Amino acid sequence: MTGADAFFTLDTAAFLAGALARTLWMTALGCTLGFLIGATLALLRRTRGRLLAPARLLAGLYVEAFRRLPFLVILILVLFSVQAVAPGLSLLGIATIAVTLAATAYLSEIIRAGLEAVPRPQVEGAEVLGLSALDRLRFVVLPQAWGVILPPAAAFMVMFVKDTALASHLGVVELAFAGKILVNKGVSPALGFGAVLVLYALVSWPLGRAAAALEKRLAPARHR
Amino acid sequence: MPLLDIAELTAGYGGKTILDGVSLTAERGDIVSLIGPSGSGKSTLLRVLIGLTPPSAGTVRIDGTAVDYGDAAALKQLRRRMSIVFQQYNLFQNMTALDNLTIAPIRTLGVPRGEAEARARDLLAKVGLADKAGAYPAELSGGQQQRVAIARALAMQPEILLLDEVTSALDPERVGEVLDTIQALADTGITMLLVSHEMGFVRGISTKVVMMDAGRVVEAGSPAAIFETPSQPRTQAFIKAIIRH
Repeated sequence: MTGADAFFTLDTAAFLAGALARTLWMTALGCTLGFLIGATLALLRRTRGRLLAPARLLAGLYVEAFRRLPFLVILILVLFSVQAVAPGLSLLGIATIAVTLAATAYLSEIIRAGLEAVPRPQVEGAEVLGLSALDRLRFVVLPQAWGVILPPAAAFMVMFVKDTALASHLGVVELAFAGKILVNKGVSPALGFGAVLVLYALVSWPLGRAAAALEKRLAPARHR
Repeated sequence: MPLLDIAELTAGYGGKTILDGVSLTAERGDIVSLIGPSGSGKSTLLRVLIGLTPPSAGTVRIDGTAVDYGDAAALKQLRRRMSIVFQQYNLFQNMTALDNLTIAPIRTLGVPRGEAEARARDLLAKVGLADKAGAYPAELSGGQQQRVAIARALAMQPEILLLDEVTSALDPERVGEVLDTIQALADTGITMLLVSHEMGFVRGISTKVVMMDAGRVVEAGSPAAIFETPSQPRTQAFIKAIIRH
């Protein structure tokens, strides 16, 4: 079987679906964890107490360092570090950790910038009313920071759907690698990579739209 | 015993002294106005009093008890008794006028929502904005925002209200409405410390006027004493420069 005959089979569909699932899994889990850890680091960097100064420094160093490393390098670093301590972990797990590490750094910086975009007097207004640090964040800072954080954060995640293709270098059979395997098996490149292209587009496009809709709904509370 | 007793208060930013040993007192019900040139430390004094800028020396006593500005619990306690209104209103942009007024009573005083909203509506009516409860700050004029800000400060039921140049950012036509609000407030017997460049207003409303320059109190006295018979050359020059226009 070669060419189109080999392509239009249930096996191929299942193979591509599995690859797509891996792509989405890495992106979704990595970016969600990255967002949570990144938010924690961003908040940590806003603290003022002397006690947390070393933690602030480490958080800053982490963010700066990992934003400067190419994702492929992070993948390879994680591969070798993880294999040294937990050799049993799957390649997909290793790639997900790498996505998390990269996403943490980028999203943390996006969140930090968003929090800082809220004018200082807004925070002081809350402070003099006796609102606790947590309440200031929850009721005053975050509602106003969301509109600034969301667009670049969503753009980053949509972009990262595509960057996970680099995990193929580790041997993770994600979408891009799946296309290559199909072509190696004799499927025509137009068909194999065409299918991959369509699948990437099918994922990215609605994600982008969802982000835009969310942004529209969340951002201008003040201009309602 | 004075309600507010400030002694030798000193503060600054980055090695620069802005407040240089300020002492003054206010009795309950006093309306104390701080006047003086820009940069004389008037606004900084208010910021130190409310705990936004830490003092480097001196004491602030309320009802005889010294405030520990380094202690979070003490600050929280202080802000139940003292409230501030800023020049730029600082209303929460993401909340309606009503929510601006209820958030702090609900979250920091533990007032039930229904009660907080009823009180907030009362206060909005008092500043003439009963119909703006659902409006966002961006939908209000500067004068309206400032009146909401005053109502927000009052929602905490403070004993001492600090007003930091609350009319300076306003359209000249809007100044009157805010001054009227403050005048009405003065008649309720609340203690106020205000920084203002509206000299006619200061003269009419104050029980005490404090002239500041270069982070120090130059002289303090009744409005008549300061505006008509100032004893210090610096005050004389300042008053003369203002009256000329």
